[in-house]
Amino acid sequence: MPVYSEKVMDHFQHPRNVGEIENADGVGELGNPTCGDIMKIYIKVKDDKIEDVKFKTFGCGAAIATSSMVTELVKGKTLEEAEKVSNGVVAEALDGLPPVKMHCSNLAADALHLAIEDYRARKAGKGPIGRVETPEHDEDEHDLLEHA
Amino acid sequence: MKIINFDHFAATKMRQEVKDAMEPYFIGEYGNPQSIHTLGDEPREAVDKARLKAAELLNAASTEVIFTGSGSEANNLAIKGTAFARMEKGRHIIVSKIEHFSVLNSVKSLAKLGFEFSEVPVDKYGSVDPQDVKNALRKDTVLVSITQASNEIGTIQDIKEISKIVHENSAAYIHTDANTSCGFIETDVKELGVDMLSAAPHRFYGPKGVGLFYLKKGIRIMPLIDGGIQEFGRRAGTENVPAIAGAGVACELAKKELKDRTSHLLPIQKAITDGVLGGLDEVYLNGHPEKRLPNNLNFVVKYIEGESMLMWLNNIGIMVASGSACTSKILKSSHVLNAIGVDPALAQGSLLISLGEDNTLEDAEYFVKELPAVVMKLREMSPLYEEVMKRNKK
Repeated sequence: MPVYSEKVMDHFQHPRNVGEIENADGVGELGNPTCGDIMKIYIKVKDDKIEDVKFKTFGCGAAIATSSMVTELVKGKTLEEAEKVSNGVVAEALDGLPPVKMHCSNLAADALHLAIEDYRARKAGKGPIGRVETPEHDEDEHDLLEHA
Repeated sequence: MKIINFDHFAATKMRQEVKDAMEPYFIGEYGNPQSIHTLGDEPREAVDKARLKAAELLNAASTEVIFTGSGSEANNLAIKGTAFARMEKGRHIIVSKIEHFSVLNSVKSLAKLGFEFSEVPVDKYGSVDPQDVKNALRKDTVLVSITQASNEIGTIQDIKEISKIVHENSAAYIHTDANTSCGFIETDVKELGVDMLSAAPHRFYGPKGVGLFYLKKGIRIMPLIDGGIQEFGRRAGTENVPAIAGAGVACELAKKELKDRTSHLLPIQKAITDGVLGGLDEVYLNGHPEKRLPNNLNFVVKYIEGESMLMWLNNIGIMVASGSACTSKILKSSHVLNAIGVDPALAQGSLLISLGEDNTLEDAEYFVKELPAVVMKLREMSPLYEEVMKRNKK
């Protein structure tokens, strides 16, 4: 399907690091089922480095591919390095996403950052953070079409 | 890899007879049907003949059939054409909550010009209660437009009863959008009692780029495209002769084959329904269990999202559609599923199947065999499924 780049299709069909980490050090869960995307990222941290990272995602092809890509980009990186990986970096690493997907399905880096935040909160005795709901798209569809 | 088209609402393959009927009018008989000279003769005859065939399919008079550029245009013409022509009588229009966007967005555009519209609800099967239409009628209601069958969930409405109620209780016109149903169930305008009807030949093995609009004799609309006297002055612009000729043959075939189409499609529809509902947990069929089109199925598969399901099925040669937010291009899940009470989160797992003459029982069997693996692959990846599994363990 030429809607997506080859890299997106590769990560969609062969997602890396799918799963759950038992006793994870940090969990970032982000999204909104009404919009059709929920991303959950688990990290295992050792010496300030992401020793292991896994994800579970409910969502479209782009949501699954960005989740897979972000795990690949940050595995083995320091927390500081991982925090620099933005949604834009993830999309770029996938050779881009269709414009309509850039906003809604490109939240994987945010979910990762939330996992790091959760890890720090837990360490400080303030965690876990739990699922963060992202806002729905509530524009009137007729207006949206007019301006598309 | 064999390609199985389970998305005939998007496109049907034109029949060879249709293509053959179009062929002469691209180069050989390229004339304009409005010409008085010889070049106009053959094309004019082709358009006249196609109009007759369309009229026969709809049980209308030839002079009551207008060719448009699409089914959507026919819907626009019915709604805006009526609204503009009857402004002095009133500015209120009634539609249902599950109309196609070409109907819903037409009334929304009119609302910006000062018109008003009411949306009658549907029950959990997607059926409109004719009494709700009666209750929504006002003194200033000029038009009621209810689809004959939903393009998403396939539910067939009781248009005959709705027409009767509208005509008995008001001076409003009644239009039905038959863009999904025409060619697969009866669309006899006299039996239905409608004043206007839209149909889309590309949905029943005709060409794209042409629509049918039935306008009962004596019903007044204002054209949306002004110009020459083509289409009895109701739709100006040089006729798309090849497409119209093709549409005529598609109508002729539909009339001849209607019963055979149903008897071919029903067993396939049943095999898919039984196989999907029997082979997977937490899957539901949307739409009316019986009063539905023979060529449509709509499922909700819980805990996964439609686009990713669509892409995996695409990988193994099965083409389907979905009503999920991600597949909608406007990032909203289906308003039809919403109207029948499907939770927006569940609507993400929508799987929309539309069958056609090229489908076989083997296609159904292959699909039913392959779907569970696709669903499980995505469920194992889904945090929503994980939650449910954990909850069930406790």
